[in-house]
Amino acid sequence: MFTAHHFAYPARMTALPPHFDNWFAQRGWSPHPHQVEMLAHADAPAVMLIAPTGGGKTMAGFLPTLVELGASPGPGLHTLYISPLKALAADMRRNLTAPIDEMGLAIRVEDRSGDTTPTRKKAQRADPPHILLTTPESLALLLSYPDAPRIFAGLKRVVVDELHALSESKRGDQLMLCLSRLQALCPDLRRVGLSATVEDPPALARFLAPHPTPCKIIEADPGPDPDIAMLTTDTPPPWSGGGGRYAIREVLAEVAKHKTTLIFHNTRAQAEIFFHELWMANDAALPIGIHHGSLALEQRKKVEAAMVAGRLRAVVCTGSLDLGLDWGDVDLVIQVGAPKNVKRLVQRIGRANHRYNAPSKALILPANRWEVIECHAAIEAVLAHDLDGDPRGPGPRDVLCQHILITACAAPFDADALFAEVTTAGPYADLTRAEFDECLDFVATGGYALRAYDRWQRLMQRADGLWQLRDPRLAQQVRMNVGTIIDTDTLKVRMKGRSRASVGKPLGEVEESFAASLVPGDTFLMGGQIVRFESLREMEVQVSRDRGRKPKLAVFSGTKFSTSTQLSTRILDLLHRSPLPDLPRHTLDWIALQREVSQLPRAGRILVESFDHEDRPHTCIYGFAGKNAQQTLGLMVTRRMEEMGLGPLGFVATDYATLIWSLSHLDTPAQVLDAAGLRDGLDGWLAENALMKRSFKGAATIAGLITRNLPGKRSTGRQATFSADILYDTLRKYDPDHLLLSITRIEAMRGLIGFGRIDEMLARTGGRIDHVRPDHVTPFAAPLFLEVGKVPVDGAGQEALMRAESDRLMMEAGLQ
Amino acid sequence: MKGYEFIFTGVKLTLLPSGALWWPDKALLCVSDLHLGKSERMARNGGAILPPYETRDTLHKLERDIEATGARTVVCLGDSFDDLEASENLPEEEALWLTRLMAGRRWVWIEGNHDPGPIEFAGTHLAELLQPPLHFRHIARVGAAGEITGHFHPKAQLHFKGRSVSRRCLLFDGDRVIMPSYGTYTGGLRTDNSVLSRLMRQEAIAVLLGDPPQPIPMPR
Repeated sequence: MFTAHHFAYPARMTALPPHFDNWFAQRGWSPHPHQVEMLAHADAPAVMLIAPTGGGKTMAGFLPTLVELGASPGPGLHTLYISPLKALAADMRRNLTAPIDEMGLAIRVEDRSGDTTPTRKKAQRADPPHILLTTPESLALLLSYPDAPRIFAGLKRVVVDELHALSESKRGDQLMLCLSRLQALCPDLRRVGLSATVEDPPALARFLAPHPTPCKIIEADPGPDPDIAMLTTDTPPPWSGGGGRYAIREVLAEVAKHKTTLIFHNTRAQAEIFFHELWMANDAALPIGIHHGSLALEQRKKVEAAMVAGRLRAVVCTGSLDLGLDWGDVDLVIQVGAPKNVKRLVQRIGRANHRYNAPSKALILPANRWEVIECHAAIEAVLAHDLDGDPRGPGPRDVLCQHILITACAAPFDADALFAEVTTAGPYADLTRAEFDECLDFVATGGYALRAYDRWQRLMQRADGLWQLRDPRLAQQVRMNVGTIIDTDTLKVRMKGRSRASVGKPLGEVEESFAASLVPGDTFLMGGQIVRFESLREMEVQVSRDRGRKPKLAVFSGTKFSTSTQLSTRILDLLHRSPLPDLPRHTLDWIALQREVSQLPRAGRILVESFDHEDRPHTCIYGFAGKNAQQTLGLMVTRRMEEMGLGPLGFVATDYATLIWSLSHLDTPAQVLDAAGLRDGLDGWLAENALMKRSFKGAATIAGLITRNLPGKRSTGRQATFSADILYDTLRKYDPDHLLLSITRIEAMRGLIGFGRIDEMLARTGGRIDHVRPDHVTPFAAPLFLEVGKVPVDGAGQEALMRAESDRLMMEAGLQ
Repeated sequence: MKGYEFIFTGVKLTLLPSGALWWPDKALLCVSDLHLGKSERMARNGGAILPPYETRDTLHKLERDIEATGARTVVCLGDSFDDLEASENLPEEEALWLTRLMAGRRWVWIEGNHDPGPIEFAGTHLAELLQPPLHFRHIARVGAAGEITGHFHPKAQLHFKGRSVSRRCLLFDGDRVIMPSYGTYTGGLRTDNSVLSRLMRQEAIAVLLGDPPQPIPMPR
């Protein structure tokens, strides 16, 4: 429902048609200035509105549609609304229906997603509503049908909601390609983007607008600055780790003081642990729920409903609540752990107090000592309105390959025309013809150096020059694989039934790799309760309730973010400020001691410390390149140390530094940190890395080389399917210049391998290295010793470990 | 290259790291489920157009094993080609390569469910091969003994120190051997699948491929 705070009041004069004026006036409301401005620019080919949450953003997007359609519109689709969340599209239909009914407008609004029934979908294609609310994937699917031109005939406006979120993933790239297709079908189509606060509005506007058309940017009043502070505690935070468990009492006290609190965590595992501890200390029995992406849908819906009804005092959550509609009366947001990224922090803070003119209230809880510094830097950045974000690279070409296939499903196409069309999409504006042709060749023939498929091409060129599917049955398969969201392989977790026949209730999902590592009897947290692993049956994890108070395994993987470049720079800058900012005493002392024993790391140089600890040589490299890149750096440096005969034994990485232990000291750090050597590593042995294989699998799925694992299909256990890793290895061996390998390489620069950040570090420091040799462990290096996730270095090590384990098992079974 | 030696029905056999089985007394090398021409067949049927390099990769491996052992007899245990047409459509270069490997030694093609009936190539075509005390056939038969079979592409998982490794494997007990698949583009069936658990005795051993291969009690 739209409520008063979506509009300004008291009522003001507007230029709205009378029935709108009356509707507002009856409620004592009037439109916000930015809503009026959106109306004024209703004819612009592209408009982007930047407004904080709760600013009536969506209404601003729809007002021009409602006004244009008027009281008795003719038939046909007028406005397409795209949101990243299915649920948002469904909610929006309810929200729009109310004012439409109250004003007596004969406007038909319908939503369409994967959940819509086939009958409804068919009816929508035959007789489209005035306003269709949908997702990028459903739009791509609609465009793959031969009757797409008829469905979209007469379309006037497209409204893209949560544009900032969509632009951060391949879903946004796909959507912009779809809009270029739509624009070709409906040349007068006008585009509207709705976005939260972002660091570079013109860049986002270029992403949205049809190239080279300019885009009007409207920025709403951002409202007052948030009321944001660090949550201080009696006990200082621990030296390492995440999760903020040390502050359970203080967090509970804040929950008790406020109406509704959202407690954000960076990973699902941390949310689970924190929630568990919170309940153990929750003497007042405050109603608190948990919400994250691994929980079963039913569980999440229950929490959402309780939240809207105002029955919960707090929800422990992750990024799963970053988007979406208003969440009742949230008056406090607590961010546990360093936010890693200022923009996300600002967007999360915006979840509190959806009232337009009141400041949002937020507290940040550092999880460890380093994070005290990082949180301080992040708060300064928020108050300075200095948002971060990596500039987008050019549109990824696996998405383009899928788009070419989708286009071919709808109708035969002309390659010149399609190239002209896709280069109007912002992310693909700089695409060269050669790059496009490479994608077309991949889609048509596989693009292999060995031209093996001349007879079996997927696309073939007809006598008239148009490209079409060789086998029309392929269209069905392409439609099954539409979309760019790659789920990591997950398994359902289910409570074991009381008897053999009965089926227990679903709890959520865990990653397959985590499930594979479980041994019967292992306990872990799921939905706030401790469960015991029983067995793996039919590709489902069966668990039972466990009465223990401490789970044996705490971690199942979730998204791990790296501290952003800008935030890392702010931290380095903060360390050299004089006097130091107002930090807690314990942190100030710690910084002072580091300066005395070693030195403070600087932005323009790499600090390397060499010292002995328990008679073992250690090397600590402060690159401030973010966790993923520091991890990759660990792999690369230990590899080179191995070649130099220094006997590296293991390493551990954080957002700031990598700590390596070895048999001999690394006396010449410049030798292992030179740019050329590190880049060779990326091309050579690093390509064998499991993370590279994961990137490849994603690109191969999106580009249509392999099909996704459809739910239920995997459990048949057919031996015919084989892993994408085999394809990756085969391509590397026989066709190293293949398109999919170059896409994989580009992704490795960003994402999990983070090589782009290593490049940034090398450019920033230009070979300037400060090598110090303190007598013992330094204050900044000490927390790294406590860090979990130590990586052993021995290529032969895995085989050795395997041998030991197989000997043990054979012995135990009496087989040897 | 270090293999895994074991005694089966009184016969000394060695599983090579590649997945081939070596019978030194008869100088016999056995490989199963090569699935040559798989990518061609998939493309022909309108499926994915996979990197067309798996046949040469498999032949490479086979060539190395033949050279290393000096095999006088090679037994291909069925599903040597992804289908009969794939054996006809093999690119000339690869067909010649295969012919070269066959020259100067006895070569037995056992029929599989993917390649029932004689294929393009010379050699002996058989439904089964009896080489006492061993019986080579494609699919295991309940109640049989002394069987060397393929077909199921078994793979097994080993957990250790918080890691888990899944590899192709050979299964054996007192009655039968089930060979790992040899072809590059072949997946696997987990040993805890009920079909395999029913076929193999309780004390069956799974030998995971690797250099050297590692034996473990067959995971069920």
